[in-house]
Amino acid sequence: MELVIRDLHASIENQPILKGIDLTVKTGETHALMGPNGSGKSTLANVLMGHPKYEVTGGSVKLDGHELLDLEPDQRSLAGLFLAFQYPVEIPGLTVGKFLKRASELRSGEEKLKVSSFIRELRETMDFLEMDQNFINRYLNEGFSGGEKKRMEILQMLTLKPVFAVLDETDSGLDIDALKIVSRGVRRLSGPEFGSLVITHYQRILDYLKPDFVHVMYNGRIVVSGGGELAATLEAQGYDWVREEHGEEVSHG
Amino acid sequence: MADTPNVGIEDYRFGFNFPDSSVYTTGKGLSEEVVRQISRQKEEPEWMLNYRLRALEAFRRKAMPNWGADLKAINFDEIVYYARPTDKQSRSWEELPESIRETYDRIGIPEAERKFLAGVGAQYDSEVVYHNLKKELEAKGVIFSDPESAVREHPEIVRKYFGTVVPYGDNKFAALNSAVWSGGSFIYVPKGVTVDIPLQAYFRINLENFGQFERTLIIADEGSFVHYIEGCTAPVYTTDSLHSAVVEIIALPGARVRYSTIQNWSTDVYNLVTKRAVAHENATVEWVDGNIGSKRTMKYPSVYLMGEGAHGEVLSIAFAGNGQEQDTGGKMVHMASNTTSTITSKSISKASGIASYRGLLKVAPGLNNVKSRVVCDALLLNDESATNTYPYMEIESDDVSIEHEARVSRIGEDQLFYLQSRGFDEDEASGLIVNGFLDPLVKQLPMEYAVELNRLIELEMEGSVG
Repeated sequence: MELVIRDLHASIENQPILKGIDLTVKTGETHALMGPNGSGKSTLANVLMGHPKYEVTGGSVKLDGHELLDLEPDQRSLAGLFLAFQYPVEIPGLTVGKFLKRASELRSGEEKLKVSSFIRELRETMDFLEMDQNFINRYLNEGFSGGEKKRMEILQMLTLKPVFAVLDETDSGLDIDALKIVSRGVRRLSGPEFGSLVITHYQRILDYLKPDFVHVMYNGRIVVSGGGELAATLEAQGYDWVREEHGEEVSHG
Repeated sequence: MADTPNVGIEDYRFGFNFPDSSVYTTGKGLSEEVVRQISRQKEEPEWMLNYRLRALEAFRRKAMPNWGADLKAINFDEIVYYARPTDKQSRSWEELPESIRETYDRIGIPEAERKFLAGVGAQYDSEVVYHNLKKELEAKGVIFSDPESAVREHPEIVRKYFGTVVPYGDNKFAALNSAVWSGGSFIYVPKGVTVDIPLQAYFRINLENFGQFERTLIIADEGSFVHYIEGCTAPVYTTDSLHSAVVEIIALPGARVRYSTIQNWSTDVYNLVTKRAVAHENATVEWVDGNIGSKRTMKYPSVYLMGEGAHGEVLSIAFAGNGQEQDTGGKMVHMASNTTSTITSKSISKASGIASYRGLLKVAPGLNNVKSRVVCDALLLNDESATNTYPYMEIESDDVSIEHEARVSRIGEDQLFYLQSRGFDEDEASGLIVNGFLDPLVKQLPMEYAVELNRLIELEMEGSVG
């Protein structure tokens, strides 16, 4: 399957942020998206998922040939798209267990999942991510540390098993151990049935995820694309050369 | 979504409309003769008739409240104050509109209970259950009856306590109830007796249980315990536009009384209820008060903490949907040292709904070691919806610890988006957020209530977030 983004334009409060994005992610591929702050990476992630705050002003996003931009966020999710949030939202009073069970039911189209097998799989996944089982009964993201929230995003991803996942700075603020665990989670899904777009500022997560492609976003466009070695270049040289080639001031990420 | 078939609570009033099949009614309007007729119908002793007549005088004298919900539309001349239902089944289940039956299905109310609620169930199936329960209660000396029977059979207890917690002159609607009351519950629990299962009015085969002017009196003698559950979460059929009940609880030393209600009157009803308890030494009174239905509700369950070691608690849940005004809260009056109280209020306002918390915390002079905590949380679902907080405090002692927290939150676009990104449609997502908001309170409800309340909120959420 393919996730095909063509000439995508989007703005917030009439301020254009995305100015013509072209990108194709196929299953079996891992793409990294890098770029200085303010270049529009998180906007792209949110627009792909359908955040109502952004207005799409042009272009198309097709998943397996079907236009995603016409769909509500929940329909995009059910179509196989997943966004690991940069800042996961707290939902007081909604337990992780209830949330994940219902989300799995919606995904599988089953009216009621068997609790025992669901819980068994959930516990196994939590072990894999080295998460305390007590999280099942905690309220979703409420009072979680930054690292716990990020792991919860990965737990959701592994539970829902999307076809395409966008990870929005999932590595930010993680120590090296947490980073390894998160990477392990992403690698677990990796394979011919899964494609990912990993938004990051840092080389280090890419050491674990080994992207097939690296793209640099700048001022609302993808300006440079290359193989995995491009990440090392960016790590070593920063974005100044991007700025020079594209003529405007670039802040350092 | 907007075009799903809507069986929301707002539609009940269109469905519930039956020909009046009552045998006896006093007709519209209120007069001394009407009160006498009610008393005569009930074959009451003279002291109760005189009580009613004095209350009628007070009702005429008293002004309408000039605060709280807007009550201007109430026309006292258009109300039927007493109608005795037939003893036999007066309506058939099949006469109920399809939409109502469907809603009962979706809330998951057992059929027997539904029939009762719809006024069609003179032959409620739990009759056998109730008979067994009744035997058990009688063996323990517990009296559980309608108040009319209590007036006839236990006049010494009724006369001692009736009207002592809520005097007829307390407020205009308490006066009205005292003049024309009909139905309700009477409970007496003897010293040291624990009633294991919650008592519920619908155990009794009596169509007057959910009357518009019901009167409930609960006396828990020393060291006893009882949990009373009033009504049920399903919409209650009524032809009347005014529900004005009075509930009095007396918790004698060391007793504990828990009183749970979730009212779901149809949305044309004015629900103006006076609920008050006195808690003597080391006694505890807990009010769990949920308000989902009605057009206007004014209700502030109160506890007067009269003896040392007494504890009072109010859990208040209000849902104000389109056109509804829920003016609710609680009152704690500390009249003794070493007393504690908590009021927890959670309200949700949707569309043009207004939910107001109104509370009074009073501490009499010269007391020591009084503790009270008031927490109010309000959730707004739309820009149009509104919430107000009126926390009154009259503190006349110094050795007092008081905590007051109030929060207002809005259902967040980011919360909705987050859940939607996991495959929940907008209605289900907002339902999860609202139920989550209520969860800490719902956990404290009786199990059946918790389940029904969750389902009701989900129904209310269908196509509702704007």
